[in-house]
Amino acid sequence: MKRIAPVLLLVLPLAGCQGWQSALDAHGPAARTLADMFWIFTAVLGTVWVLTMGALLLALRKRRVAGTDPLATDPATERRMTIVVSTAIGLTFLTVVALTGISYGGQRALYGHRDGAISLLVTGRQWWWQVTYEDPQTNRVFTTANEIHIPVGEPVLIKLESVDVIHSFWVPNLTGKMDAITGRQNQIVLQADRPGVYRGQCAEYCGLQHAHMGVLVIAEPKEEFERWRNRQIASAQPPSDPERQRGMEIFMSKPCVMCHQIRGTDAGGKIAPDLTHVGSRRYIAAGTLETTRGNIAAWIVDPHGVKPGVQMPTIQLEPDEVQPLASYLEGLK
Amino acid sequence: MKAALPLLALATLLASCQREDREYRANPVTAESQEKIALSPLSAGPSPPAEVRTGMGKNYEENAFHVAQGKKLYIWFNCNGCHANGGGGSGPPLMDDRWSYGGQIENIVQTIREGRPNGMPSFRGRIPDDQIWQIASYVRSMGRNVSKDVAPGRNDDMHPAPAELRRPPGSVVDGGQIPPSAQMPQ
Repeated sequence: MKRIAPVLLLVLPLAGCQGWQSALDAHGPAARTLADMFWIFTAVLGTVWVLTMGALLLALRKRRVAGTDPLATDPATERRMTIVVSTAIGLTFLTVVALTGISYGGQRALYGHRDGAISLLVTGRQWWWQVTYEDPQTNRVFTTANEIHIPVGEPVLIKLESVDVIHSFWVPNLTGKMDAITGRQNQIVLQADRPGVYRGQCAEYCGLQHAHMGVLVIAEPKEEFERWRNRQIASAQPPSDPERQRGMEIFMSKPCVMCHQIRGTDAGGKIAPDLTHVGSRRYIAAGTLETTRGNIAAWIVDPHGVKPGVQMPTIQLEPDEVQPLASYLEGLK
Repeated sequence: MKAALPLLALATLLASCQREDREYRANPVTAESQEKIALSPLSAGPSPPAEVRTGMGKNYEENAFHVAQGKKLYIWFNCNGCHANGGGGSGPPLMDDRWSYGGQIENIVQTIREGRPNGMPSFRGRIPDDQIWQIASYVRSMGRNVSKDVAPGRNDDMHPAPAELRRPPGSVVDGGQIPPSAQMPQ
């Protein structure tokens, strides 16, 4: 049993190779390049390590024959050793050059400029992602948050900016990391080969809630993506049932409107996530809570209980105002 | 006695454990503050107006975190739309020493919360109370009315010239007594 424990511990990291948010489970060309590079480096360097350790062990175990003169030279041995050492040096040089070449090729593949048919402006904010879908037709430009939909098999250009501190955009299953830096724009291409939901995460420590700064990338077939985009472009539908109508009145009369936008209403704040279709997103608070009425209510009542230090303030609500408000927001599909 | 000295020196290190308190989560139950502020400095009778100042403004004014939050909210809620960066525009300047409705933090809080005639809107129910206090403490810092270690620094983009590190390299001129940087502008 005692022997098994260390082995089990060694096996444990292998669990990271599969699935949800793993760089080794590649679902896009960029991630595949990175995963391939990881395995090539691991294999080559692992072999080198094993060979080196083998040679060291051999040297340690080999005993000099007793009674011989340690300083005596033997031309045959000298020649053999010269050949062995030169070959080893040559191979080392070759390995370094080959790995550098592979790394360079990988960089070119990753960061070569490509124009995507779709381009997104993704702005890192403390602690969520603002996503703007660009379009030559200005009335088709829209803003959402923390959830990116992309069509399968198409390269999508992500333009990264930041408004407060440095963040880093990382969707391990699809691509490598890219920093979002204030005052400049970085670009990265996102492409998914298979439909699916891929989780991303801020990869540069950015403050208290860095760990709760997730992003979801949803790859779906082209028609479905277009349907989603058209729904997102549309303004929010005014609610029809009385409870949600009351919720809307509460939203408009509270501090919510200072920061949040709901297109199609008077709420026009631009410093917090756009809530026009918040009910259609899978998570709220940047991948922290699933979008359910209960979670929305919990979040509104005490955001700092869920994400301590978050920018959303605790607002004063009467007990009977929470339910209609959550119900209104949940219904913004 | 000699043994006590190093111990004392060590004990002074403990003073560095004192850290400014950052209150992220304001008490949601707290209603508006209990301040009672007169609109006019004049009052009938011999004494000034009867006012109640609870002194909670000190918690905000003496806390660098609150003042810095106020600086951010000042931009977020578009105070600079009328007051610019304190120099004033369609609204009065905030960095001078003239206060139409009182320059103490309680008065500024009241100005923000209730609004004032001739254009200042009321933010009652629009900005939570603790954030109003934060903004007011930042407004106080504009006129240097809070202590210097608390007041936030000026933004990079507000400096008249880029930092020395970021300026383009100057040209080297041989000879002469006056460096090019000190010569008359061309």
